[in-house]
Amino acid sequence: MILESKNINKYFREPVLFHVLKDISFGIDKGEFVSVMGKSGCGKSTLLYILSTMDTDYEGDLFLNGEKLTGKDKEYLAHIRNEHIGFVFQFHYLLPEFTVLENVMLPARKLGKRTPRQIKDDAMEKLTLLGIEEQANKKAFRISGGQKQRVAIARALINNPSIIMGDEPTGNLDSKNAENVFGIFKNLSVEQNLSLLIVTHDLDFAQKTDRIIEMGDGKIINGVDYQITPAPHLKPSSH
Amino acid sequence: MTNWRILFDISKTHLLSRIKQSTVAALGVTFGIGTFIILVSFMTGLNHMLDSLVLNRTPHIHLYNEIKPSEKQPIEFYEQAKNSFNVIHSIKPKQSQVKIHNALPILQHLRKDERVKGVAPQVEASVFYMAGAIELNGVVNGIEVMEEVRLYNFKDYIIEGSPEALVRNNNGILLGAGIAETMSLGVGDRVQLSTVKGGVFPLKIVGIFQSGIADLDNILSYVNLTTAQRLRGEGKSFITDLNVKLWDLNHAIPMAKNIRQQFNLSAVDINQANAQFDTGTTIRNLITYAVSITLLIVAGFGIYNILNMMIYEKMNDIAILKATGFSGKDVQLIFISQAIIIGLVGGLLGLLLGYSVSVLISHVPFNTDALPTIETYPVNFDPRFYGIGIVFAMISTFLAGYLPAKRAKQIDPVEIIRSQ
Repeated sequence: MILESKNINKYFREPVLFHVLKDISFGIDKGEFVSVMGKSGCGKSTLLYILSTMDTDYEGDLFLNGEKLTGKDKEYLAHIRNEHIGFVFQFHYLLPEFTVLENVMLPARKLGKRTPRQIKDDAMEKLTLLGIEEQANKKAFRISGGQKQRVAIARALINNPSIIMGDEPTGNLDSKNAENVFGIFKNLSVEQNLSLLIVTHDLDFAQKTDRIIEMGDGKIINGVDYQITPAPHLKPSSH
Repeated sequence: MTNWRILFDISKTHLLSRIKQSTVAALGVTFGIGTFIILVSFMTGLNHMLDSLVLNRTPHIHLYNEIKPSEKQPIEFYEQAKNSFNVIHSIKPKQSQVKIHNALPILQHLRKDERVKGVAPQVEASVFYMAGAIELNGVVNGIEVMEEVRLYNFKDYIIEGSPEALVRNNNGILLGAGIAETMSLGVGDRVQLSTVKGGVFPLKIVGIFQSGIADLDNILSYVNLTTAQRLRGEGKSFITDLNVKLWDLNHAIPMAKNIRQQFNLSAVDINQANAQFDTGTTIRNLITYAVSITLLIVAGFGIYNILNMMIYEKMNDIAILKATGFSGKDVQLIFISQAIIIGLVGGLLGLLLGYSVSVLISHVPFNTDALPTIETYPVNFDPRFYGIGIVFAMISTFLAGYLPAKRAKQIDPVEIIRSQ
């Protein structure tokens, strides 16, 4: 088990007390490609932020690689994110004044476990893997949206994390680019045995993953256990 | 674990990508520090000059025999009047000699003291300068010329002739500039002095001196110690004043007290004599520092504003840095290091600006009758001011950067990502 959550509860206190997440318990295995679906406001993004250790204001327990992360200090959690969690957002969130290569290198330089030379080689390798090596020396704000998302994925991969988390990573892309990004994720899952947890609205995308966790009203409705076929009502209508 | 290089690279890129804002912020510091250096160099230069005008010529301890009434009048020795209320009229000063008793042994004793830089003996004599039928009131000081040159910068005040000429000539005199002007005399002329006791001495003028204090220059002249003793008709042991100069000014008060008790002499220390100069200096310094600190605070607010704006613009960057594993402390360090870079660059430029303008000022001609040796504006190039300046710059920019950086540290990445 790479990632495991046990009885996670979360409340919003502003403007009124609101129970966002109710008793969320599930796990993700190594190499598993999991998507989380649900209507807007059902708490799936909130859950992702908790799982990513950025949000520490919750009840329950969170484990990564068997280590309990609940209650650890922020400094240590930042280190965990740096080394073990790769993040891909809907909005690409690159540092615009830095080059593509520098953006990818950033988390590795923060980790500081490799020499600058090695980091640069690794970053180029990731960019090549994603097919955007020609853009390496362009400033991040000069490349297209699809390219930015691939750079963000390369950055998420640079420290060889235990798990990649995505918050609607294809939400802002056209269908061709979305397919492209899915293909990359699938490859990572199959070839590199990487775990992925992707929050998405895109049913096409979700159906091609190993498992769909469906959420509603702060609870997991479906998909706690390992299953490949999605629930009947989630089947795509036409294609 | 802090990886300084990467943090520094990020802050450098931020600064360079907003080069205009960064420059404006740095220039604020530059002007603050530059003005501080200019002000403090010029002010202390001027202070120093004004103080040395008097203090250089003032002995640290001045020993002399004061003519004063006895503190214990004879009636007080009379047993039967002890418990009564005594009223004494017309008290006269005690009859005593003007010279310092045992002056030569005391001189030897003081010169052996290791706190003492030197002792200059003087003999004061009241005289009249004779200009035809007119007699001008005056005072002649007999001095050990080379000792005065060594201890009291005597040479600086001689505008014509030289102190050595006086040493060579036992009938020479260094005439005050005011008297020389009144009597239309110059170097090489002769002047006749008549003493209180009635003798007339013709002396050769070997130089003119100007102290910068007009009242002194109108009455005072200098001769050799032995010449003054001759004017008074006294022997070699007749010395009226001993001017002690110490290595360290702070020993003046205890030493003066000691001498008063040991030798039963009047001993005036420099702090007693010149308290007002100290006060003036302190107040002028206070004004200098107050103005400079105000300038730096203004510069600090500039930096505070610019960093705050930068952080507002960089919300996304901060969120992404935190999401990819930079801790709040790292983010704080990024913004503090930006403030420090602005402070360091601005501060160093400020030092350069301050130095350049100070050099410029120090070459501006400045002539005044009161200060014969000064030709340009006095500027104090004390390296300590430059040290203080750069420390000031660093501290004020650090404080200006601290609060915005702390805000950046506390930004919750989840809130930023959610609000997109």
